Amino acid sequence: MAAGQKQPVTGAGLLNGPLTWVDQRFPLVSSWQAHLSEYYAPKNFNFWYFFGSLAMLVLVIQIVTGIFLVMHYKPDAAKAFESVEYIMREVPYGWLVRYMHSTGASAFFVVVYMHMFRGLMYGSYRKPRELVWIFGCLIFLCLMAEAFFGYLLPWGQMSFWGAQVIVNLFGAIPLIGPDLSLWIRGDYNVSDATLNRFFAFHVIAIPLVLLGLVAAHILALHEVGSNNPDGVDIYDHVDKQTGKPLDGIPFHPYYTVHDIMGVGVFLSLFSAVVFFAPEMGGYALEFNNFIPADPLKTPSHIAPVWYFTPFYSILRAVTGEFIYVLAACAVLYLALIWFTVKSSLSKIIATVAVVGFVGALFAFEAKFWGVVGMGASTMIFFALPWLDNSPVRSIRYRPDWHKYIYGVFVLSFLVLGYFGVKPPSALSERISQALTIVYFAFFMLMPWWSGMGNFKKVPARVTFAAH
Amino acid sequence: MKTLSQKAMFGLLTGALAIAASTAVGSAFAAGSGYPLDHFPTEKLTDQSALQNGAKIFVNNCLNCHGAVSMRYNRLSDIGLTDNQIRENLLFTADKVGEVMKTSLAAADAKAWFGAVPPDLSVIARARSSGAGSGSDWIYTYLRSYYRDNSRATGWNNAVYPNVGMPHVLWETQGQRGATITEIKSVIDAKTKKESWSKVETKFTSDGTKSEAITALEGTGHHAEQKFVFDKPVGGSLDQPAYDKQIADLTAYLTYMSDPSAKARTRIGTWVLIALGFFTLLAWQLNRVFWKDIK
Repeated sequence: MAAGQKQPVTGAGLLNGPLTWVDQRFPLVSSWQAHLSEYYAPKNFNFWYFFGSLAMLVLVIQIVTGIFLVMHYKPDAAKAFESVEYIMREVPYGWLVRYMHSTGASAFFVVVYMHMFRGLMYGSYRKPRELVWIFGCLIFLCLMAEAFFGYLLPWGQMSFWGAQVIVNLFGAIPLIGPDLSLWIRGDYNVSDATLNRFFAFHVIAIPLVLLGLVAAHILALHEVGSNNPDGVDIYDHVDKQTGKPLDGIPFHPYYTVHDIMGVGVFLSLFSAVVFFAPEMGGYALEFNNFIPADPLKTPSHIAPVWYFTPFYSILRAVTGEFIYVLAACAVLYLALIWFTVKSSLSKIIATVAVVGFVGALFAFEAKFWGVVGMGASTMIFFALPWLDNSPVRSIRYRPDWHKYIYGVFVLSFLVLGYFGVKPPSALSERISQALTIVYFAFFMLMPWWSGMGNFKKVPARVTFAAH
Repeated sequence: MKTLSQKAMFGLLTGALAIAASTAVGSAFAAGSGYPLDHFPTEKLTDQSALQNGAKIFVNNCLNCHGAVSMRYNRLSDIGLTDNQIRENLLFTADKVGEVMKTSLAAADAKAWFGAVPPDLSVIARARSSGAGSGSDWIYTYLRSYYRDNSRATGWNNAVYPNVGMPHVLWETQGQRGATITEIKSVIDAKTKKESWSKVETKFTSDGTKSEAITALEGTGHHAEQKFVFDKPVGGSLDQPAYDKQIADLTAYLTYMSDPSAKARTRIGTWVLIALGFFTLLAWQLNRVFWKDIK
């Protein structure tokens, strides 16, 4: 469109002129309308819908505080630990920046887990929002990589040994494992070379990918529109004259003022941690990490930071004897497919897959399958849009017993996380193994259970009571 | 049918929670040597004269072998000391008040003499935190748990940190003392694989001479435990309460040094929370006004 053809901007007072100038050269007004003032969001968002915007806020906090930290941090094995203390003591308000960043890491995961749980409850991953969900899963993976690389940088005992343990896991991959972990470390041990490359990944590579994915996540969302707690499509009922959804309201100003309220509450809680309990009892800043990295002293108990522990428990749960349990589960799963699936092609594919899987289970060592289990537990979320067979999106209209299944899943996630911070014991190993089965069964059996039971009638319009 | 499955689910949930809770209690005792930690009197942290006394003890005793390279001498202004006071009373290992607290001991010598380089103490009070207590509790108990043990190269041992490389540096203040360690433990016979329990009573005299008495216990229903009873110290320049006070002061200083911004942090934090409270209130009202027209 030629510059002269666009309507001048009105209603911005003195800024009308400059904004018109920009708008004739850049899609300013149309972007503003598409993503804010004329992006119609369902009016019945509840508490769970705060976490998307809060994740954005935490991302910004992490990037801004990260920039200031990089100005003073030294990615050098001989200086890294002291440079963090230098930031804490000598840089004006350095302690604030550092605590915001360390608390921000934990807050990011709290917010993202809540955000994901929201999607799970209200079926936000269902058609047509599969790509929104997939971009979100990729963001989650990036976030874990970002946290893992960043955790090495303070160069404390937990930084060092945590990285050592995780990088060594890659060594369990058959054939290429040992060379792969050597290649990742850049040395035979976690060392200065490792610290430098992790720094590069933490401050440049992963954040770039993360920002791109966040943009894709939001663009995809704005293409298909937001889901809501009722899981009903607001575009099914539009105003005949304007074409606007009857239950939709412009994101700006309604959800901007709404989210600002969420920001106030969130920042209050966040600040309470930053200013009054920045170590969060040893969960956000592990006590052992106040001891400089020492390659010769292995801590008696190495635990990842809390947000990784559910997956870490799954890793630890896969022992030699658990392989037999996994094999038995795979065979039972095959039986289930044979008895319930009609298509003979599916039966053949499933048989080949299960036979191959069981064979592989015994061909490789348990440690490798632990790594596979841990990886699978973080990536199985991708499959969710194709596993869910329920005729309704939202948990509100599913059979009541579905809620217990979600409850058991969430509880197993939490208990796995709890055992992941604790030193291993015989009892915790057994429970973790049982919960690992529960965790995967939730997803693997979803095609069956999600369609079962008496579903409630989904209303035509969203349920909403004026505030 | 439905209520039955609901009850089963509820049972499952409470069961899992109960197991998680019971292991939480069990693991609280797992940290460290198992010696119960005393509570550091935290009111010392706001007592400036205690902090200053702690700084003096630290500089006079600890800095001989340990460094605190993240701490500058002139940062002691936080606890009310002027540059002149620091220069005249505390500046032993540096020339200028702007320098960091380095140790006067060369790392190579330390390695040769103690078998390990004494750790830097800048953040030791944070590093020593665990499920058993705060880092301050640990230091406060540790420095009051030395006893003579001639089987150790230094002639000293410690209940909190068994077989520690550091001798009892403040022994002239506390004096020398022996201890009685009563240990109930099980032994599994290598041949018969049979478990038997015994009570081992190890006595150290105040000059570090060790004697051991083992009595076999009947039955198998015992619990492994270890109990320390310290003797009264002999020949110290301070009595026990006065020595405890000195250690509390030193611990207060080490705690301050591990996180010197703590005081400013909580002071600023209070205002930040008040401001955010107002912000949230305003945002809530703004939201209310806007959402009035959404029916």
